[in-house]
Amino acid sequence: MPGLITMDDLTNEEIISILDDAERLLPVARGEMYLPLLQGRILGNLFFEPSTRTRMSFETAMKRLGGNVVNLGDVKTSSVVKGETLFDTIQMVDGYTDIIAMRHPRQGAAQYACDSAKVPIMNGGDGAGHHPTQTMLDLFTIRRSHGTLEGLNVVLAGDLRYGRTVHSLSHALVRFGCNVTFASPDSLRMPEEIVADLKVHGAEVVETDDLIGQINSADVIYMTRIQKERFPDEDEYTKVAGAYKLHARDLDGAKAEMIIMHPLPRVEEIHPSVDSTRHACYFEQAFNGVVARMALMCKLLGVTVPEDVNEAGGVL
Amino acid sequence: MSQEANMRRVTAIKNGTVIDHVPAGKALSVLKMLGIGGYMSNPVSLVMNVPSKKMGGKDIIKVEDRELTQNELDKLALVAPDASVAIIRAYTVAEKMEINLTNEVVNVARCTFSNCITTNPREPLPHRLVVTKRDPLELRCRYCGKTQDIEGLVDNLL
Repeated sequence: MPGLITMDDLTNEEIISILDDAERLLPVARGEMYLPLLQGRILGNLFFEPSTRTRMSFETAMKRLGGNVVNLGDVKTSSVVKGETLFDTIQMVDGYTDIIAMRHPRQGAAQYACDSAKVPIMNGGDGAGHHPTQTMLDLFTIRRSHGTLEGLNVVLAGDLRYGRTVHSLSHALVRFGCNVTFASPDSLRMPEEIVADLKVHGAEVVETDDLIGQINSADVIYMTRIQKERFPDEDEYTKVAGAYKLHARDLDGAKAEMIIMHPLPRVEEIHPSVDSTRHACYFEQAFNGVVARMALMCKLLGVTVPEDVNEAGGVL
Repeated sequence: MSQEANMRRVTAIKNGTVIDHVPAGKALSVLKMLGIGGYMSNPVSLVMNVPSKKMGGKDIIKVEDRELTQNELDKLALVAPDASVAIIRAYTVAEKMEINLTNEVVNVARCTFSNCITTNPREPLPHRLVVTKRDPLELRCRYCGKTQDIEGLVDNLL
Protein backbone atom coordinates (compact mmCIF):
# COMPACT_ATOMS: atom_id res chain seq x y z
CA MET A 1 0.00 0.00 0.00
CA PRO A 2 1.51 3.35 -0.95
CA GLY A 3 1.92 5.85 1.83
CA LEU A 4 3.39 9.31 2.04
CA ILE A 5 7.18 9.07 2.28
CA THR A 6 8.25 12.10 0.24
CA MET A 7 6.25 14.75 -1.56
CA ASP A 8 6.97 12.88 -4.80
CA ASP A 9 4.29 10.40 -3.68
CA LEU A 10 1.58 12.99 -4.37
CA THR A 11 0.73 14.78 -7.62
CA ASN A 12 -0.10 18.49 -7.49
CA GLU A 13 -3.74 17.58 -8.11
CA GLU A 14 -3.72 15.17 -5.17
CA ILE A 15 -2.14 17.81 -2.94
CA ILE A 16 -4.84 20.33 -3.87
CA SER A 17 -7.56 17.74 -3.35
CA ILE A 18 -6.24 16.94 0.17
CA LEU A 19 -6.02 20.65 1.01
CA ASP A 20 -9.62 21.10 -0.17
CA ASP A 21 -10.70 18.20 2.04
CA ALA A 22 -8.81 19.75 4.96
CA GLU A 23 -10.60 23.04 4.39
CA ARG A 24 -13.97 21.31 4.70
CA LEU A 25 -12.86 19.41 7.81
CA LEU A 26 -11.92 22.56 9.76
CA PRO A 27 -15.05 22.59 11.96
CA VAL A 28 -14.41 18.93 12.85
CA ALA A 29 -10.77 19.69 13.71
CA ARG A 30 -11.88 22.56 15.91
CA GLY A 31 -14.25 20.27 17.79
CA GLU A 32 -17.33 22.18 16.66
CA MET A 33 -18.96 19.10 15.20
CA TYR A 34 -18.62 15.33 15.09
CA LEU A 35 -17.91 13.45 11.89
CA PRO A 36 -16.71 9.86 12.52
CA LEU A 37 -15.33 9.19 9.05
CA LEU A 38 -12.61 6.91 10.43
CA GLN A 39 -14.67 5.10 13.08
CA GLY A 40 -13.29 1.61 13.62
CA ARG A 41 -9.89 2.48 12.17
CA ILE A 42 -6.70 2.32 14.22
CA LEU A 43 -3.65 4.53 13.78
CA GLY A 44 -0.27 3.17 14.93
CA ASN A 45 1.95 5.97 16.23
CA LEU A 46 5.57 4.83 15.96
CA PHE A 47 7.80 7.61 17.20
CA PHE A 48 11.33 6.33 17.64
CA GLU A 49 12.52 9.81 18.56
CA PRO A 50 10.96 12.73 20.43
CA SER A 51 7.94 14.51 19.00
CA THR A 52 5.30 16.76 20.49
CA ARG A 53 3.29 18.37 17.71
CA THR A 54 3.52 15.67 15.07
CA ARG A 55 2.61 12.81 17.41
CA MET A 56 -0.16 14.70 19.20
CA SER A 57 -1.67 16.11 16.02
CA PHE A 58 -1.78 12.67 14.39
CA GLU A 59 -3.49 11.34 17.49
CA THR A 60 -5.93 14.25 17.65
CA ALA A 61 -6.68 13.93 13.94
CA MET A 62 -7.57 10.25 14.23
CA LYS A 63 -9.68 10.77 17.35
CA ARG A 64 -11.55 13.76 15.90
CA LEU A 65 -12.59 11.47 13.05
CA GLY A 66 -13.83 8.78 15.43
CA GLY A 67 -10.85 6.44 15.10
CA ASN A 68 -8.47 5.05 17.67
CA VAL A 69 -4.74 5.21 18.28
CA VAL A 70 -2.13 2.81 19.61
CA ASN A 71 1.28 4.17 20.54
CA LEU A 72 4.72 2.59 20.51
CA GLY A 73 5.33 4.61 23.66
CA ASP A 74 8.79 5.29 24.94
CA VAL A 75 11.35 3.54 22.77
CA LYS A 76 13.32 2.73 25.94
CA THR A 77 10.51 0.48 27.16
CA SER A 78 9.79 -1.19 23.79
CA SER A 79 11.35 -4.19 22.06
CA VAL A 80 13.56 -1.80 20.12
CA VAL A 81 16.02 -1.73 23.04
CA LYS A 82 16.18 -5.52 22.85
CA GLY A 83 17.53 -5.14 19.33
CA GLU A 84 14.36 -5.68 17.31
CA THR A 85 14.80 -4.64 13.69
CA LEU A 86 12.58 -2.01 12.13
CA PHE A 87 11.33 -4.66 9.73
CA ASP A 88 10.09 -6.87 12.59
CA THR A 89 8.52 -3.95 14.45
CA ILE A 90 6.65 -2.98 11.31
CA GLN A 91 5.43 -6.56 10.72
CA MET A 92 3.88 -6.51 14.16
CA VAL A 93 2.28 -3.05 14.01
CA ASP A 94 1.12 -3.75 10.47
CA GLY A 95 -1.06 -6.48 11.92
CA TYR A 96 -2.43 -4.31 14.72
CA THR A 97 -3.36 -1.17 12.80
CA ASP A 98 -4.86 0.25 9.61
CA ILE A 99 -2.34 3.07 9.07
CA ILE A 100 1.01 4.01 10.62
CA ALA A 101 2.60 7.37 11.41
CA MET A 102 6.30 7.06 11.99
CA ARG A 103 9.32 9.12 13.00
CA HIS A 104 12.76 7.55 13.11
CA PRO A 105 16.28 8.89 13.63
CA ARG A 106 17.66 6.95 10.65
CA GLN A 107 17.26 8.43 7.18
CA GLY A 108 15.35 6.17 4.81
CA ALA A 109 13.48 4.46 7.65
CA ALA A 110 10.08 5.55 6.31
CA GLN A 111 10.69 4.13 2.83
CA TYR A 112 12.06 0.98 4.44
CA ALA A 113 8.92 0.66 6.56
CA CYS A 114 6.75 1.31 3.51
CA ASP A 115 8.50 -1.52 1.65
CA SER A 116 7.93 -3.78 4.69
CA ALA A 117 4.27 -3.02 5.41
CA LYS A 118 0.84 -3.66 3.93
CA VAL A 119 -0.82 -0.66 5.60
CA PRO A 120 0.01 2.91 4.51
CA ILE A 121 3.01 4.55 6.17
CA MET A 122 3.05 8.30 6.82
CA ASN A 123 6.55 9.69 7.23
CA GLY A 124 6.66 11.94 10.28
CA GLY A 125 10.37 12.57 9.80
CA ASP A 126 13.28 10.26 8.98
CA GLY A 127 16.65 11.54 10.20
CA ALA A 128 17.53 14.63 8.19
CA GLY A 129 15.48 13.27 5.28
CA HIS A 130 11.85 14.25 4.71
CA HIS A 131 8.81 15.36 6.65
CA PRO A 132 5.98 15.43 4.10
CA THR A 133 3.03 15.53 6.50
CA GLN A 134 4.52 18.76 7.88
CA THR A 135 4.66 19.98 4.30
CA MET A 136 0.96 19.30 3.86
CA LEU A 137 0.10 21.46 6.86
CA ASP A 138 2.60 24.11 5.72
CA LEU A 139 0.97 24.24 2.29
CA PHE A 140 -2.46 24.40 3.90
CA THR A 141 -1.30 27.34 6.05
CA ILE A 142 0.22 29.19 3.09
CA ARG A 143 -2.87 28.68 0.95
CA ARG A 144 -5.20 29.88 3.69
CA SER A 145 -3.14 33.03 4.11
CA HIS A 146 -2.49 33.87 0.47
CA GLY A 147 -5.39 32.14 -1.27
CA THR A 148 -2.97 30.37 -3.60
CA LEU A 149 0.23 28.34 -3.64
CA GLU A 150 1.39 29.61 -6.99
CA GLY A 151 4.04 32.21 -7.73
CA LEU A 152 4.80 33.21 -4.14
CA ASN A 153 8.18 34.42 -2.91
CA VAL A 154 9.14 32.05 -0.14
CA VAL A 155 12.26 32.41 1.99
CA LEU A 156 13.41 29.29 3.85
CA ALA A 157 15.82 30.29 6.59
CA GLY A 158 18.08 28.77 9.23
CA ASP A 159 19.27 25.18 9.30
CA LEU A 160 18.57 24.00 5.77
CA ARG A 161 21.10 21.17 5.89
CA TYR A 162 19.60 19.12 8.69
CA GLY A 163 16.08 20.61 8.74
CA ARG A 164 13.91 17.92 7.17
CA THR A 165 10.81 20.14 7.07
CA VAL A 166 12.45 22.48 4.57
CA HIS A 167 13.64 19.58 2.43
CA SER A 168 10.10 18.39 1.79
CA LEU A 169 8.60 21.87 1.62
CA SER A 170 11.06 23.17 -0.96
CA HIS A 171 10.18 20.29 -3.31
CA ALA A 172 6.48 21.10 -3.07
CA LEU A 173 6.87 24.87 -3.41
CA VAL A 174 8.90 24.55 -6.57
CA ARG A 175 6.26 22.29 -8.10
CA PHE A 176 3.70 25.07 -7.57
CA GLY A 177 5.93 27.64 -9.25
CA CYS A 178 7.04 29.48 -6.11
CA ASN A 179 10.28 31.46 -6.11
CA VAL A 180 12.39 29.91 -3.40
CA THR A 181 15.24 31.64 -1.57
CA PHE A 182 17.46 29.69 0.82
CA ALA A 183 18.93 31.86 3.58
CA SER A 184 21.38 29.96 5.74
CA PRO A 185 24.91 29.99 7.14
CA ASP A 186 27.36 28.41 4.74
CA SER A 187 27.80 25.33 6.94
CA LEU A 188 24.04 24.69 7.00
CA ARG A 189 23.20 25.13 3.30
CA MET A 190 20.56 23.05 1.57
CA PRO A 191 22.02 19.62 0.59
CA GLU A 192 23.35 19.50 -2.95
CA GLU A 193 21.09 16.67 -4.11
CA ILE A 194 17.99 18.62 -3.08
CA VAL A 195 19.14 21.76 -4.90
CA ALA A 196 19.90 19.57 -7.94
CA ASP A 197 16.40 18.01 -7.78
CA LEU A 198 14.78 21.44 -7.57
CA LYS A 199 16.70 22.62 -10.61
CA VAL A 200 15.49 19.56 -12.52
CA HIS A 201 11.97 20.86 -11.85
CA GLY A 202 13.03 24.13 -13.54
CA ALA A 203 13.39 26.13 -10.34
CA GLU A 204 15.68 29.11 -10.06
CA VAL A 205 17.08 28.67 -6.61
CA VAL A 206 18.67 31.64 -4.83
CA GLU A 207 21.08 30.86 -2.00
CA THR A 208 22.21 33.59 0.39
CA ASP A 209 23.47 34.11 3.92
CA ASP A 210 21.48 37.34 4.29
CA LEU A 211 18.06 36.75 5.85
CA ILE A 212 17.21 40.34 6.75
CA GLY A 213 17.79 41.48 3.15
CA GLN A 214 15.02 39.10 1.95
CA ILE A 215 12.24 40.31 4.24
CA ASN A 216 10.71 43.09 2.14
CA SER A 217 10.15 41.01 -0.99
CA ALA A 218 8.93 37.87 0.81
CA ASP A 219 5.37 36.53 0.89
CA VAL A 220 6.38 33.79 3.32
CA ILE A 221 9.37 33.53 5.64
CA TYR A 222 9.81 30.01 6.93
CA MET A 223 12.14 29.96 9.92
CA THR A 224 13.86 26.88 11.31
CA ARG A 225 15.84 26.31 14.46
CA ILE A 226 19.61 26.29 14.27
CA GLN A 227 20.73 23.50 16.53
CA LYS A 228 23.64 24.13 18.87
CA GLU A 229 24.95 20.61 18.55
CA ARG A 230 25.72 21.14 14.85
CA PHE A 231 28.59 23.50 15.76
CA PRO A 232 32.07 22.66 17.06
CA ASP A 233 31.95 25.37 19.75
CA GLU A 234 29.48 27.72 21.39
CA ASP A 235 31.12 30.92 20.06
CA GLU A 236 30.66 29.78 16.50
CA TYR A 237 27.02 28.88 17.21
CA THR A 238 26.30 32.24 18.82
CA LYS A 239 27.82 34.10 15.87
CA VAL A 240 25.86 32.16 13.25
CA ALA A 241 22.56 31.90 15.13
CA GLY A 242 22.57 35.67 15.74
CA ALA A 243 22.21 36.33 12.02
CA TYR A 244 19.08 34.19 11.82
CA LYS A 245 16.81 35.81 14.36
CA LEU A 246 13.69 37.79 13.57
CA HIS A 247 12.56 40.69 15.76
CA ALA A 248 9.41 42.75 15.26
CA ARG A 249 11.54 45.78 14.38
CA ASP A 250 12.99 43.88 11.38
CA LEU A 251 9.54 43.65 9.81
CA ASP A 252 8.80 47.37 9.21
CA GLY A 253 9.29 47.09 5.46
CA ALA A 254 7.57 43.72 5.06
CA LYS A 255 4.52 43.27 2.82
CA ALA A 256 1.29 43.53 4.83
CA GLU A 257 0.23 39.99 3.97
CA MET A 258 3.66 38.41 4.54
CA ILE A 259 3.49 35.48 6.97
CA ILE A 260 6.17 34.07 9.24
CA MET A 261 6.06 30.33 9.74
CA HIS A 262 8.05 27.92 11.91
CA PRO A 263 7.65 24.15 12.40
CA LEU A 264 8.35 24.72 16.14
CA PRO A 265 9.78 24.36 18.67
CA ARG A 266 11.47 27.74 18.39
CA VAL A 267 14.32 28.71 20.66
CA GLU A 268 15.62 32.18 19.91
CA GLU A 269 15.11 32.52 16.17
CA ILE A 270 11.76 34.33 16.47
CA HIS A 271 11.64 36.96 19.20
CA PRO A 272 8.38 36.99 21.22
CA SER A 273 7.81 40.57 19.96
CA VAL A 274 6.91 39.02 16.58
CA ASP A 275 4.03 37.04 18.14
CA SER A 276 1.75 40.08 18.30
CA THR A 277 2.43 41.23 14.72
CA ARG A 278 0.04 40.45 11.86
CA HIS A 279 2.80 38.34 10.31
CA ALA A 280 3.02 35.67 13.03
CA CYS A 281 1.45 32.48 11.73
CA TYR A 282 3.28 29.67 13.53
CA PHE A 283 0.66 28.84 16.15
CA GLU A 284 -2.09 28.67 13.53
CA GLN A 285 0.32 26.53 11.52
CA ALA A 286 0.68 24.12 14.46
CA PHE A 287 -3.13 23.82 14.73
CA ASN A 288 -3.35 23.15 11.01
CA GLY A 289 -1.35 19.98 11.63
CA VAL A 290 -4.52 18.36 12.89
CA VAL A 291 -6.75 19.18 9.96
CA ALA A 292 -4.11 18.47 7.31
CA ARG A 293 -3.45 15.05 8.85
CA MET A 294 -7.18 14.33 9.07
CA ALA A 295 -7.53 14.92 5.34
CA LEU A 296 -4.38 12.94 4.58
CA MET A 297 -5.51 9.89 6.55
CA CYS A 298 -8.89 9.94 4.80
CA LYS A 299 -7.10 10.02 1.45
CA LEU A 300 -4.70 7.17 2.31
CA LEU A 301 -7.49 5.03 3.75
CA GLY A 302 -9.71 5.65 0.74
CA VAL A 303 -12.40 7.48 2.72
CA THR A 304 -14.23 10.28 0.91
CA VAL A 305 -14.67 13.56 2.76
CA PRO A 306 -18.27 14.71 2.12
CA GLU A 307 -18.72 17.86 0.05
CA ASP A 308 -21.08 19.22 2.67
CA VAL A 309 -19.53 18.42 6.03
CA ASN A 310 -22.19 20.39 7.93
CA GLU A 311 -24.91 18.14 6.57
CA ALA A 312 -22.95 14.93 7.13
CA GLY A 313 -21.67 15.73 10.61
CA GLY A 314 -23.40 15.85 13.97
CA VAL A 315 -23.48 18.37 16.75
CA LEU A 316 -21.21 17.58 19.69
CA MET B 1 52.38 1.12 -27.62
CA SER B 2 50.46 -1.41 -29.64
CA GLN B 3 47.71 -3.68 -28.43
CA GLU B 4 49.99 -6.62 -29.07
CA ALA B 5 52.70 -5.15 -26.87
CA ASN B 6 50.13 -4.57 -24.13
CA MET B 7 49.03 -8.15 -24.21
CA ARG B 8 52.62 -9.42 -24.15
CA ARG B 9 53.15 -7.91 -20.73
CA VAL B 10 51.51 -11.03 -19.37
CA THR B 11 51.28 -14.40 -20.98
CA ALA B 12 48.14 -15.76 -22.56
CA ILE B 13 46.01 -17.81 -20.23
CA LYS B 14 44.74 -21.27 -21.01
CA ASN B 15 41.40 -21.10 -19.21
CA GLY B 16 39.75 -18.28 -17.32
CA THR B 17 38.53 -14.72 -17.74
CA VAL B 18 40.15 -11.62 -19.26
CA ILE B 19 38.76 -8.24 -18.26
CA ASP B 20 40.01 -5.54 -20.62
CA HIS B 21 39.33 -1.79 -20.85
CA VAL B 22 39.13 -1.28 -17.11
CA PRO B 23 39.59 2.45 -16.38
CA ALA B 24 43.24 3.17 -15.52
CA GLY B 25 43.90 2.67 -11.85
CA LYS B 26 40.64 0.82 -11.13
CA ALA B 27 41.93 -2.76 -11.41
CA LEU B 28 42.38 -3.16 -7.67
CA SER B 29 38.80 -1.98 -7.10
CA VAL B 30 37.60 -4.50 -9.69
CA LEU B 31 39.45 -7.31 -7.91
CA LYS B 32 37.91 -6.22 -4.65
CA MET B 33 34.43 -6.15 -6.20
CA LEU B 34 34.93 -9.66 -7.50
CA GLY B 35 36.20 -10.86 -4.17
CA ILE B 36 39.53 -11.83 -5.69
CA GLY B 37 42.32 -11.60 -3.13
CA GLY B 38 45.61 -13.16 -2.15
CA TYR B 39 43.87 -16.01 -0.35
CA MET B 40 42.77 -17.55 -3.66
CA SER B 41 44.80 -20.21 -5.36
CA ASN B 42 43.97 -19.07 -8.92
CA PRO B 43 46.79 -17.18 -10.63
CA VAL B 44 45.77 -13.55 -11.32
CA SER B 45 47.66 -11.21 -13.66
CA LEU B 46 47.24 -7.49 -13.46
CA VAL B 47 48.42 -4.79 -15.84
CA MET B 48 47.81 -1.20 -14.82
CA ASN B 49 48.06 2.16 -16.58
CA VAL B 50 48.93 0.86 -20.04
CA PRO B 51 48.23 3.11 -23.05
CA SER B 52 44.93 2.57 -24.84
CA LYS B 53 43.71 4.14 -28.09
CA LYS B 54 40.13 4.05 -26.88
CA MET B 55 40.62 5.17 -23.30
CA GLY B 56 44.01 6.90 -23.15
CA GLY B 57 45.04 4.55 -20.36
CA LYS B 58 43.58 1.32 -19.04
CA ASP B 59 44.04 -1.68 -16.78
CA ILE B 60 43.76 -5.35 -17.78
CA ILE B 61 43.04 -8.31 -15.49
CA LYS B 62 43.45 -11.99 -16.25
CA VAL B 63 41.99 -14.51 -13.85
CA GLU B 64 43.01 -18.09 -14.54
CA ASP B 65 40.75 -21.11 -14.09
CA ARG B 66 37.73 -19.09 -13.17
CA GLU B 67 34.83 -18.05 -15.40
CA LEU B 68 32.99 -15.05 -14.07
CA THR B 69 29.23 -15.25 -13.97
CA GLN B 70 26.92 -12.56 -15.36
CA ASN B 71 25.92 -11.71 -11.80
CA GLU B 72 29.55 -11.07 -10.87
CA LEU B 73 30.12 -9.04 -14.00
CA ASP B 74 27.18 -6.77 -13.38
CA LYS B 75 28.80 -5.68 -10.13
CA LEU B 76 31.62 -4.24 -12.22
CA ALA B 77 29.22 -1.72 -13.72
CA LEU B 78 29.86 0.43 -10.66
CA VAL B 79 33.57 0.99 -11.44
CA ALA B 80 34.19 -0.32 -14.96
CA PRO B 81 30.94 -0.05 -16.94
CA ASP B 82 32.73 -0.14 -20.33
CA ALA B 83 35.06 -3.05 -19.60
CA SER B 84 35.11 -5.89 -22.13
CA VAL B 85 35.13 -9.41 -20.80
CA ALA B 86 36.22 -12.59 -22.54
CA ILE B 87 35.93 -16.14 -21.29
CA ILE B 88 38.98 -18.13 -22.40
CA ARG B 89 38.94 -21.87 -22.98
CA ALA B 90 41.98 -23.69 -24.37
CA TYR B 91 43.74 -20.41 -25.20
CA THR B 92 40.90 -19.14 -27.36
CA VAL B 93 38.06 -16.73 -26.73
CA ALA B 94 35.09 -18.99 -26.12
CA GLU B 95 32.61 -16.30 -25.14
CA LYS B 96 32.41 -12.51 -25.02
CA MET B 97 30.32 -11.07 -22.23
CA GLU B 98 28.85 -7.66 -21.60
CA ILE B 99 28.49 -5.75 -18.39
CA ASN B 100 24.93 -4.59 -17.91
CA LEU B 101 24.08 -1.62 -15.75
CA THR B 102 20.49 -2.19 -14.71
CA ASN B 103 18.23 0.63 -13.51
CA GLU B 104 18.63 -0.59 -9.97
CA VAL B 105 21.65 -2.28 -8.40
CA VAL B 106 20.26 -4.76 -5.90
CA ASN B 107 22.28 -6.41 -3.12
CA VAL B 108 25.66 -5.52 -4.58
CA ALA B 109 26.73 -2.84 -2.11
CA ARG B 110 25.46 -1.16 1.01
CA CYS B 111 24.52 2.56 0.97
CA THR B 112 27.51 4.76 1.81
CA PHE B 113 25.54 7.17 4.01
CA SER B 114 26.39 6.51 7.65
CA ASN B 115 22.90 7.33 8.98
CA CYS B 116 20.93 5.27 6.45
CA ILE B 117 18.50 2.71 7.91
CA THR B 118 20.32 0.00 5.93
CA THR B 119 23.50 0.41 8.00
CA ASN B 120 21.93 -2.00 10.51
CA PRO B 121 23.23 -5.34 9.13
CA ARG B 122 20.28 -7.19 10.67
CA GLU B 123 17.65 -5.35 8.64
CA PRO B 124 16.57 -7.96 6.09
CA LEU B 125 15.31 -6.03 3.05
CA PRO B 126 17.58 -5.95 -0.03
CA HIS B 127 20.05 -3.12 -0.48
CA ARG B 128 18.78 -1.11 -3.44
CA LEU B 129 20.74 1.59 -5.26
CA VAL B 130 18.84 3.37 -8.02
CA VAL B 131 20.75 4.55 -11.11
CA THR B 132 19.79 8.21 -11.52
CA LYS B 133 22.41 9.10 -14.15
CA ARG B 134 24.56 6.91 -16.38
CA ASP B 135 27.31 9.23 -17.59
CA PRO B 136 28.85 10.05 -15.25
CA LEU B 137 27.39 7.29 -13.13
CA GLU B 138 25.19 8.50 -10.27
CA LEU B 139 23.35 6.24 -7.86
CA ARG B 140 21.03 7.00 -4.99
CA CYS B 141 19.91 4.77 -2.18
CA ARG B 142 16.25 3.79 -2.61
CA TYR B 143 15.65 4.27 1.10
CA CYS B 144 17.55 7.38 2.25
CA GLY B 145 17.84 9.02 -1.17
CA LYS B 146 21.50 9.95 -0.66
CA THR B 147 23.77 10.20 -3.69
CA GLN B 148 26.39 7.49 -3.38
CA ASP B 149 30.13 7.90 -3.15
CA ILE B 150 31.16 5.44 -5.89
CA GLU B 151 34.64 4.87 -4.42
CA GLY B 152 33.03 4.27 -1.03
CA LEU B 153 30.73 1.64 -2.54
CA VAL B 154 33.76 -0.54 -3.25
CA ASP B 155 34.35 -0.68 0.51
CA ASN B 156 30.66 -1.47 1.08
CA LEU B 157 30.36 -4.49 -1.20
CA LEU B 158 28.15 -7.22 0.15
